[in-house]
Amino acid sequence: MAAAEKPPVTITGAGPLSGVLSCVLTWIDQRFPLVSSWKEHLAEYYAPKNFNFWYYFGSLALLVLVMQIVTGIFLTMHYKPDAAQAFASVEYIMRDVWGGWIIRYMHSTGASMFFLVVYLHMFRGLLYGSYRKPRELVWIVGMLIFLCLMAEAFFGYLLPWGQMSYWGAQVIVNLFDAIPLIGPTLAVWIRGDYVVSDATLNRFFAFHVIAIPLALLGLVAAHILALHEVGSNNPDGIEIKNKKDAAGRPLDGIPFHPYYTVKDTLGAVVFLMVFAIGVFFVPEMGGYFLEYNNFIPADPLRTPTHIAPLWYFTPYYSILRATTETFMWALSAGVIGMVALIVLSVGNNLVRLASAAAGAVLLVAFYVLEPKVWGVVLMGVAVMIFIPLPWLDLSPVKSIRYKGPIFKSALTVFVISFVVLGYLGTQPVTDTGTLISQVCTALYFLFFLLMPWYTTLDKCKPEPERVT
Amino acid sequence: MIMRFAKNLARATVLVALLTPLAAPAAAGGAKLQKAPVDLNDLVSLQRGVHVFVNYCLNCHSASHMRYNRLRDLGLSDDQIRDNLIFTGVKVGEPMNVALSTREAGELFNIPTPDISVITRSRGSEAGSGSDWLYSYFHSFYRDSVRPTGWNNLVYENSSMPHVLWQFSGQQQVKVQEFGSHSDATAALQQAKSMARVDEISVKDKDGKEVKRWVMKTIQPGTAGTMTPLEYDRMIADLVNYMTYMAEPARLERTQIGIYVLLLLGILFVFALLLKKEYWKDVK
Repeated sequence: MAAAEKPPVTITGAGPLSGVLSCVLTWIDQRFPLVSSWKEHLAEYYAPKNFNFWYYFGSLALLVLVMQIVTGIFLTMHYKPDAAQAFASVEYIMRDVWGGWIIRYMHSTGASMFFLVVYLHMFRGLLYGSYRKPRELVWIVGMLIFLCLMAEAFFGYLLPWGQMSYWGAQVIVNLFDAIPLIGPTLAVWIRGDYVVSDATLNRFFAFHVIAIPLALLGLVAAHILALHEVGSNNPDGIEIKNKKDAAGRPLDGIPFHPYYTVKDTLGAVVFLMVFAIGVFFVPEMGGYFLEYNNFIPADPLRTPTHIAPLWYFTPYYSILRATTETFMWALSAGVIGMVALIVLSVGNNLVRLASAAAGAVLLVAFYVLEPKVWGVVLMGVAVMIFIPLPWLDLSPVKSIRYKGPIFKSALTVFVISFVVLGYLGTQPVTDTGTLISQVCTALYFLFFLLMPWYTTLDKCKPEPERVT
Repeated sequence: MIMRFAKNLARATVLVALLTPLAAPAAAGGAKLQKAPVDLNDLVSLQRGVHVFVNYCLNCHSASHMRYNRLRDLGLSDDQIRDNLIFTGVKVGEPMNVALSTREAGELFNIPTPDISVITRSRGSEAGSGSDWLYSYFHSFYRDSVRPTGWNNLVYENSSMPHVLWQFSGQQQVKVQEFGSHSDATAALQQAKSMARVDEISVKDKDGKEVKRWVMKTIQPGTAGTMTPLEYDRMIADLVNYMTYMAEPARLERTQIGIYVLLLLGILFVFALLLKKEYWKDVK
């Protein structure tokens, strides 16, 4: 039999149990790729030895994902997805379920922490060019995870059935209303009713506890598999696979296990301390993790004066709100500018023609459809625009360590715009606020759209041969 | 290089910090909230607070997420709870419900009386915590002949709730002053010794032109109540203390457990650090 041809697994150091353990593992390994998977993904997965602070957030994201799933399972045991009982069942968990408040605060704090960790993880990618060839698919799958995470958070936020849950869902579902022709029908189809109601709560519950988590887990597996296929990037942005020793091991690589398992354990402990401060001392975080208004049960007849999403959505919410009628002029100017730039700098006539045609179509569409539609489009594009990043960045180097001043300034401006947009999204609309968010929206998009030009112009430093 | 980037980022952040106040809502009207003296370790205050609560609040308002026997948290026995705090003959494990129906409440107050189990948590804002809001609210009732109940409130204007505790506090009045500039009104608000609020209004001047004015309303003492202002203040402090507890009973143990968790993680940190150092010794 083919199965018996595999060499037996030998375990040492387990004392008298070594023999038994070896037998069991041999039996399994002859029927399942146990040893090979262990080696491929942990013991003989060579990661660069120069990972810094920013490289903790990948494993931390996985930790938070597991925590969200486990706490979520326990919450599901007590929560009632019923418009008449949902709010009360959450308070029941907070008071009458033994340890319920810890589970609930872990889940609510975990949601914010998930986004915090994922945003930092994405920022790491921007810093060191982790999206560049050959890691394009790692990056794209990662972006799909980010999209799923946003959907997961959005569906989950309706479940406590407070005023912000209700009206937040109402606002977001109404965005689909803006889509021409099919919009209104689509919005009713999503809600299952003419307003957000019990039917909506039930389906959002289904999406939150099973549909999206399934997709999320599959994508996370794909993210890690793709990463292990091409190998990890590092703060120097050079390939460690280019310099190998006689045995074919990268000179600057160290086995993920035990080196990064112990290092990430340390990171996890520090993270858990921050997390515990949230859970036990500031679970509301001044209205940023749990909004005050959400302690009022959903009331379809009373619209809150100020509807704000949770902090992790506010940059995109700001972009939505920034798209006013006057902003359409700025958008038109932007499209004309982009087309001009492409026509002047790209040699290929087909590309020139296509961009001019696309620009013309957009310009007409800007004034045919109402600004609200374009707000929704811009918000969607703002999230998705990370996907083409591997092809927008034409710099000869990957890491910010060797990139020139233009990229550094551009990234700084982008981060500031993102934070300012996030802040403004939590605030009620004012004239000044709208103007600032419009400027920041423009800067946000220019970071991506102008990237092929400024990364080519930038004066980069030479990359080192080996990691530093 | 990263340091330089960080420095640039820090510099830019300062710039943004300087700019953002521009975006803050300009002169949103509202009351200046007073800090509530909340102390959840003061069980005697919490016991006095629940006494006020079941006597004066739990007639119109339910607290249906709160069970009577949860009051064991406050050092009370089931018998003490049953004999002193339950007036309706329900079992001690029942939630704090009321007999007043939505319909009856609608007839009395024009609006269903909300359940107030978690009202304290819902009233938080940038102006102060929910406890501060409630504490200020109970100090802000004044006589207003225009309102159907005869009462109005500075913190929650046109509140449908009458001043239930008026016999204790007496009947306060409101003083209205008008200011020509926002800074004058704000200065007066800062100076006010009792509860006060400032709102922006627009009035028509002699030529029929719209001009901005700022109106400050201040609570003034009216007829005396059966309690001295100090006694009334203590009663409100107790009540708000209790309502803060009731909104989140877990808060009594939350921070204590949190300290243990952090200590445990601290120990784990030391071991994790030593383990990492041990393994990484041989990484050159």
